[in-house]
Amino acid sequence: MTDHDDTRCNDMLGSLSDYVDGELREDLCREIEKHLAGCANCRVVVDTLKKTVYLYHETARIGEIPVDVRERLFKRLELEDYLKKS
Amino acid sequence: MDENSQDFSLEALRAGDRAELARVVDAYSGQIYRLALKMLGNPQDAEDVLQNTFLKAILHFPNFEGRSSISTWLYRIAANEALMILRKQKPEIPVPGEDETDEDDDYLPVQFVDWSSLPETELASSEAHTYLDAAVRQLSEKLRMVFILRDVEGLSIRETGEVLGLTETAVKTRLLRARLQLREQLSDYYRERLRQENIR
Ligand SMILES: [Zn+2]
Repeated sequence: MTDHDDTRCNDMLGSLSDYVDGELREDLCREIEKHLAGCANCRVVVDTLKKTVYLYHETARIGEIPVDVRERLFKRLELEDYLKKS
Repeated sequence: MDENSQDFSLEALRAGDRAELARVVDAYSGQIYRLALKMLGNPQDAEDVLQNTFLKAILHFPNFEGRSSISTWLYRIAANEALMILRKQKPEIPVPGEDETDEDDDYLPVQFVDWSSLPETELASSEAHTYLDAAVRQLSEKLRMVFILRDVEGLSIRETGEVLGLTETAVKTRLLRARLQLREQLSDYYRERLRQENIR
């Protein structure tokens, strides 16, 4: 626990989104990685935060629009003639 | 995200070309429906948002100048429709995370269990998906909308800002808060899965 420095951890928090998105400036990345090397808690936060973002992004793959919903939409928009082609 | 935006003829859409409209509907109805469903959690409400979005789009195509992509523009209409439904359901109760001036301390991580290397079968089980959806709906409206657009739909920070009329800084602040809040919730859930994995 000796390597745990709350102030450093909290300072890092604000850059975390950019960091996991790979959009953080190179020098700031180095700083974060230096901190991560010595701070187990922040490593867990970064790894689980990355995974959180990944898992939600994956949910966009499933759940296409149901056939009946599409059909009612086309009828509502008076596009019945175009229901078949797609 | 907008790869097929340019494939549509704005001229035809403004003139009320039905075939072109049908192509636009097929290209974008999936993402609009998903946004509404994630935001509202109710298929009937999501369908209302979907239909109203395209009805409004048809009405406003003549005024659409094409400065943003069709996709961004449709998202913007859909986001407003979804927020309108939420307002009707529960008018203006202040929720933590609603205010930009909130202390960042409210978002400090408290869970430090590393569940990130759980097998994919655990992480993405159908039970886990139900939990993920429920966790998103625990977010305040403002955090939820930013999170869904950026992290589920995959819009950029700039596009998310365009859809919601927010600065990039505001988008980033909300996004970070949403992500941190969801990480805590997911830690609650996966910590238990991890424990059972270790027993086996
Ligand atoms: Zn740390």
